[in-house]
Formats: sequence, structure tokens, C-alpha cells
Amino acid sequence: MQNLSVIIAILGLSAMSYWLGRRRSIAVVGGLRSAAQLHSLPGYYGVLTGLWCAVPALLLLAVWHVVGQHHILDVVMSHLSGDYLTASAGQRRLLMDEVLRLAHGGAALGDVRPDVRAAAQEWIRLDALSRTAGGLVALSVSLIGASVAWSRISPTLRARNGVEWVVKLALVLCSLIAILTTVGIILSVLYEALRFFHLVPIFKFLLGTSWSPQLATRADQVGSSGAFGAVPLFAGTALIALIAMLVAVPIGLLSAIYLSEYADRRVRTVAKPLLELLAGIPTVVYGFFAVLTVGPLLRGVGQALGVAVSAESALAAGLVMGIMIVPFVSSLADDMLTAVPLGLRNGAYALGATKSETIRRVVLPAALPGIVGGVLLAVSRAIGETMIVVMAAGLTAKLTANPLEAVTTVTVQIVSLLVGDSEFDSPKTLSAFALGLVLFFATLVLNIIALRIVRRYSEQYK
Amino acid sequence: MNNTNNATPFETRGQRTQRLVAASLKRRYRAELRFRTYGIVAVTLGLLFVVVLFSTIISKGIGAFKQAYVTLDVTYSAADIAPDGKLAPADLAQGDYEAVVKAALRNRFSDVTERDEKRKLYGLLSNSADTILRDRVVKNPQLIGTTERVALLASDRVDLVVKGRISQNTPEADRTVSDLEFGWIQALLAEHRLKEQFNTGLFTHGDSREPEQAGILGALVGSMLTLLVTVCLSLPIGVAAAVYLEEFAVRNRYTDFIEVNINNLAAVPSIVFGLLGLAVFIQFFGLPRSAPIVGGLVLTLMTLPTIIIASRAALKAVPPAIRQAAFGMGASPVQMVTHHVLPLAMPGILTGAIIGMARALGESAPLLMIGMVAFIADVPRALSDSATVLPVQIYLWSSSSEQAFVERTSGAIIVLLIFLLLMNALAMILRNRFERRW
Repeated sequence: MQNLSVIIAILGLSAMSYWLGRRRSIAVVGGLRSAAQLHSLPGYYGVLTGLWCAVPALLLLAVWHVVGQHHILDVVMSHLSGDYLTASAGQRRLLMDEVLRLAHGGAALGDVRPDVRAAAQEWIRLDALSRTAGGLVALSVSLIGASVAWSRISPTLRARNGVEWVVKLALVLCSLIAILTTVGIILSVLYEALRFFHLVPIFKFLLGTSWSPQLATRADQVGSSGAFGAVPLFAGTALIALIAMLVAVPIGLLSAIYLSEYADRRVRTVAKPLLELLAGIPTVVYGFFAVLTVGPLLRGVGQALGVAVSAESALAAGLVMGIMIVPFVSSLADDMLTAVPLGLRNGAYALGATKSETIRRVVLPAALPGIVGGVLLAVSRAIGETMIVVMAAGLTAKLTANPLEAVTTVTVQIVSLLVGDSEFDSPKTLSAFALGLVLFFATLVLNIIALRIVRRYSEQYK
Repeated sequence: MNNTNNATPFETRGQRTQRLVAASLKRRYRAELRFRTYGIVAVTLGLLFVVVLFSTIISKGIGAFKQAYVTLDVTYSAADIAPDGKLAPADLAQGDYEAVVKAALRNRFSDVTERDEKRKLYGLLSNSADTILRDRVVKNPQLIGTTERVALLASDRVDLVVKGRISQNTPEADRTVSDLEFGWIQALLAEHRLKEQFNTGLFTHGDSREPEQAGILGALVGSMLTLLVTVCLSLPIGVAAAVYLEEFAVRNRYTDFIEVNINNLAAVPSIVFGLLGLAVFIQFFGLPRSAPIVGGLVLTLMTLPTIIIASRAALKAVPPAIRQAAFGMGASPVQMVTHHVLPLAMPGILTGAIIGMARALGESAPLLMIGMVAFIADVPRALSDSATVLPVQIYLWSSSSEQAFVERTSGAIIVLLIFLLLMNALAMILRNRFERRW
């Protein structure tokens, strides 16, 4: 019996019990005309019956499925010949995957051991059995739930309160997902990162200056922790983010000032949405633009000036990333500038200040905390940006401050370490999670500081 | 006494101020003008970026919607197609259609006899030409023995020549098309046998290693499936969370914590969500790699904060009087929300949701982490099939070294941008038409 058909059957039963419950609630008071004697509207009795029919049964089905799959795999794997029990965790995992692939009708890769094939057969048999049993149990639970709820329907049953309790519970659970996501990120990334720090000491990772994870996969190199020094990556990330900020902050800030303080309405209504177009363009498009246009352009300029510019220079990636961040900075700065009260400006004008003097001496200092917060958010975005650097920045880790050379970043390394087939036991794969952890905490700190500054500032003039 | 110095003791303070201000006015007005110019320069630079970006993509990509086809007189010789005389579809499909294609080319260029030159000649057509003929014959076996004019897909190099991307002026050693091939192409062009047609293959084919056969259908379907999962999960969950936080939750430490969490998640780099998806959905729950279902789950977690924040803003905009009126009529809090507040906030919520979806559609970094970056020629049919999405397809094509893929990449970008534009336009229409100002 397939899980999907069981679910559909339960939902059908639930719809039917809605109808039955509603009808019974009307019947117990003797017709629609005296429905006012009911505690709740008849529909609520129906919904309550339907919920009792579906929710416990579906929960049971889910638990049954998860537990059953684990248990079946355990039983099946214990039938394998003795070497399974003594095998390493990685080999066990491989054997398990092999059994599961065969059981799901996948093609065998090369020769398959007979006991693995038998295990796959066994898995299919047990799986079918478990599904049938689970489906039957779930269906009966749904029938029991519906009939209990149906029989309890009476004029005094507080059906609406019951239904609303379930609705509120669902709302709370949904809002918990935000916390669960954060916890999930921290736990999963931290767990893998801790496994990495068992293989490579954390100080060597954070302070080492040489990064070449590819070498470490060779048998004689495993554990050669010298290859996992992440400083060049941090330096590369900082260099590219710095270039991006040097582009984005002046352009974003000045255009925000011009558009909100100087430009007349017609210019603003045209220029502002056009600038904001930049914010909606996918980053992969920026990356393509960097590779296709900006990289060769810089190279050409470099050749004309007699300077060697790498094809994947930090400058190209940083420039394009800066363009991407311009609308982000300018819209945040715009918000901050408009939040400065008119009284401050008028005061400055009354003292005889020109417009630019008012802006530079009064409005900007007043908006400064908010703008700094916005810039911090932009920095956090720049160091977390992935596609532009994956496409336009280099792969080799080099400790340099020269923007014309190729550098690599944390995000580039995470992508290059994890794309393709990855085993979860090698330090190479795990190091990506360590980098992810660093990235997460760096951006988290920046975000918390920035959000706090922005919030405090925006409340200052209210 | 120094008369040239204006600072005479007879000057009053007011006069002194006036004199200083007058003297500095010129400088201050210059500074004013300079500052204004900085602003204009910044805005112009920003607009210049927009123009350059769009014109580059469009000029490089517009050609991808056209494709060169070679029209040849094809003779369906029975000796090649059905040497043993069996005409069942299965037998017909076994025929040697490559020989038919080659014969048609040799027929047109009968002066080509050398082996090396012949190989070049066959290279004018895409290697899918024989499958086109096979499909025609299997569908209509009567064609065997006859000759008909068929438009066959040209190879990517021929396509580039026709579009002028490869010029004969460059030295022969520096280009992928030899003078000999240029001669053939010009001969075909002169006879109007080589023509550009609308590139339907771009929208009806999956990915391919051959640029001229590569299409975005697989990636488009993958994007749709992924977005379907994202919409179905993030919209209800996001709205529910927003309703709870805005309408029911009491402000305390716990709800503050949720709020801080949501604001932070909105600013977490997208690649971190990819790491989460890899570790939790694939490693822990054992969901299949590269599948739209996993991609949709990851993008759900990524877009949830955006949707929650937008929904809360929309709920906040509904005036308290509506709530009080509902309570006054005896509605319970849940009834008040579901019957009155939520319908009134719906346009705002949907606007936020569409913008969130547009962002999810353009996202690629977290999907690289969960393996949606493999070469997949088939169009996905289910949520658990291996698939890729449009932005990742763009990334894959852009890293290909073949020149013809540059055009395909830009073409795919144009399609992606059109989708994004449509979604944003829809959001704008929703906002303008249905959103009420109180």
C-alpha cells in the first residue's frame, strides 16, 4: 500500500467526517432552526470531527514511516555477512546506499555481492509489509478518531474553542520554524565543523597561512593540517569586500543624497526605479557580466598601461559586487536621510548654511549611525555573496593585497569543496562546514550590530 | 597704522561678519556646486551600470533566439534505412540515418572527395540531424525511396558564422572555421539553403553538450517544480507565523527572540542555507541529491523571513478599528483574523510573497550545495528527479569553454530576466490595484 494513497484516503475520510459531524450537530438539537442552542456554529463541529479523523492518523503514519525505515534497514543490514559489523562507518554507509539503490530499482554498479542483493530483496519485502501494516493502522486510527469525536457531539461541546486551539497551536508551530532554522544552521554546521576541528586543530585553521585542501585527500597527506590555514581566504574575502565597499558606498550614498535632496520629482521617479533594477538582478547574471565584460576590460586596460592584470582579478569581482550593492546602500541611506527631522534642516538654513553645508554638517551627522548600520549590513552581504566570486574570482589561495591578482574567498572555497561527489569523512569536505561556521558567525555579528544600530537610530527621532 | 588691512579697529562685529561671509561666499558656492556634481556623477554612474549591463546581455543574447538551419535534398535510400526490407517502427528506428545525412551533403557538394574534407563537410550539421530524419521516417514510412527538402540543424560553428560572430578577416589559424568551410557556408547562403529560423529548440530541449542542441526546458521545469514546493510551504507557514506574531503573541522575551531570529535570518548569506540543506535534508533525512524537493525546502527556509516580514507589515497596516468592530460583533480572535484582518491584508501579503518568490527564482548559490548543478539532459518529471534550475543552468553554461555557449547563456539570462520582470510587474499591479490605503 502506498503512503500517498493512504494519505488521500485519510483526507477523504476527514472530509466525510466533516459532513457527518456537521449533520449530527444539527440533528442533536433537532434541525437548523434550533441551531442557536449549540455552543458553536454547526461547521465547527464538522471541522472538529474532521481534525480528529485526520490529525492523529497522519501523525501516526509519519512516525511509523520514519521509525519503520530505520528499523527495516537495521534488520536488513544485520543479515549481511560478518564484515559489515566490523567495517568502518564510511564502508557501512556505502553498503547501505548500495542496498537501498538496488531496492529502489536502481541499476547495479559493477558486480554486486549476493548477500547485498539478498538484503535488497529482503528490504523490498519488509518495506511492503511495513507500509501495508502502517496504512491499515493509520486508517483504523482515523476511523476511531472520527467516531469518538462524532459520538461526543452535543449542544454543550465547545467545538469552536477546540478548533481554535488547534489553529493557534499551528500558528505557534509555524513561528517556531524561524527559531528551528537558526538552531538547525548552528547545530548542523557546528557539528560538522567540530568533526573538522578534531582532524585539524582550530588554531591552525584560523591562523594558518597556507590553504590547499586538494592535497590533503591523498593518502600520505591526510592530517597534514598545514594545508588548512584559512587566513588567505579571509584576506581574499576582505579584499574583495573592501573593493566592493569602495565602489558601493560613495556611489550609493551620493546618489541617495542627490535623489532625495536635490533632484526634482521627474528625475527621481525615473532614476530611482532604474537604480533599484540593479537590486532585482540575480547574482549569477552579475557573475556572468564580470567574466564576460569587466574581466577582459580590466585586462585590456592593464595591457595598455603595461600592468599585468590576472584574468580572475580581485578588482573585477569587487567592482561588480560593488555595483550589485549600490541599490542596497542607496535605499538604506535614503531611508535614513528622510528620517532626519525637517526642523534640523530648517535650523541650519536659518543660520545661513547652504544646502550642501546643511547636508554635510547637519543631516549626515544626524543620519550617520543609521548609515553606518546600513553599510555594515552591506558588508555582511558582500562577504556572504557567492555567485559573483565563484564565477569571477580565482580558486588558488594567495595571501596578497594586490587587487590585480587572483584571490579566493571563503564562499568560493565552500562551493568548490562541496560541489561534486563528497564523502562526509574527509577533512576536505568538513573544512567547508568550518568555513561556513566562520561565515555564519561573522555575518551574524555584523547583522546584530547593524540591526541594533539601525533600530536605535530609527527610534531616536520618532 | 596699516591702511591696506581692512581689520581696522573701527569695524563693528556685524561688519566684520558681513565681510567674512561675503569673502567666503564664492568658495561656499563652489563647494555647493561641487557637491551637487558629485551627486549627479554618482547617479549617472549608477544608471550607466544599468544601461551597460542590460545592453551587454541583450546584445550578446538576442542571437540565441535564432538558429541556423541547412535545407538539403534528402534521399531516403532504402538500402540505408531498411536494408532487410522490414518496415516495423522498431526496425526503421535501427536504420543508418547518418549515412542518409552524409549522402545528402555529398550530393550537394559533389566536388568534395578527400576524407579529411568530407569529415569537415559532415561537421556543418549538428549531430542530431540523423535523429530528425529517423523521427520523420518512423512516423511516415512512405518516405523511403523518395527525396524531400528538409531543414536540418546546423552545427554551432556554422551558426556563429551566419550570425557574424566568427569573421573571415581573422587569420585562419585563430578561428575554428577554416576557409574551406567558409566557402561552403557562403555557397549555401547564396542558394538560400542556409537560413536563420526562430530557435524553438531553446524552449523544447533539455541541456546538451552540443550548444546548438542545448535548451532550457529542463531548467525551466526544474525551476517551476522548485518554486512550487517553495510557494506551497513558505506562503502558508510565513503567513501563519506573521499572524501569530502580529495578532496573538504577547510581547515578551520569547517573541522578541523569534523576532530577532527572523531579522537575522533575513540577512544570513544564502550559501549558509545551502550548507543547512546539505547537512540536514540530504545527510540526515536522506532525501535525494539534486532533487527539486530539496531545493524547494532550502529556498523555503531562505524566503520565509522575507515573507514573514512583508506579511507582518501588511497585517500592521490594517487599522485597529476593524478588529474592534469584529470583536464588537461577537467574533472570537481567530474569527476576527480569518474573516476580517487576513482578507484585508491579503494583497500586501501576496505582493511580499511574489517578491520573495522572484528572489528565490534568481537564487543559485544554495542550490549548488545540494547538487542541483549536475549535467542533466532529461526534463525532470517529478519532485524527486534530478534537476537543475534556470540560474544554475546559466552558471553551468557560462563555465563552458565553447564560444557558442556565451550566446546561449545570455539568451537564458534574458528569459530569466523576463520572468523576474513579469513577477515584479504582477506584484506592482497587485499593490496598486488591491491595496487599500486607510
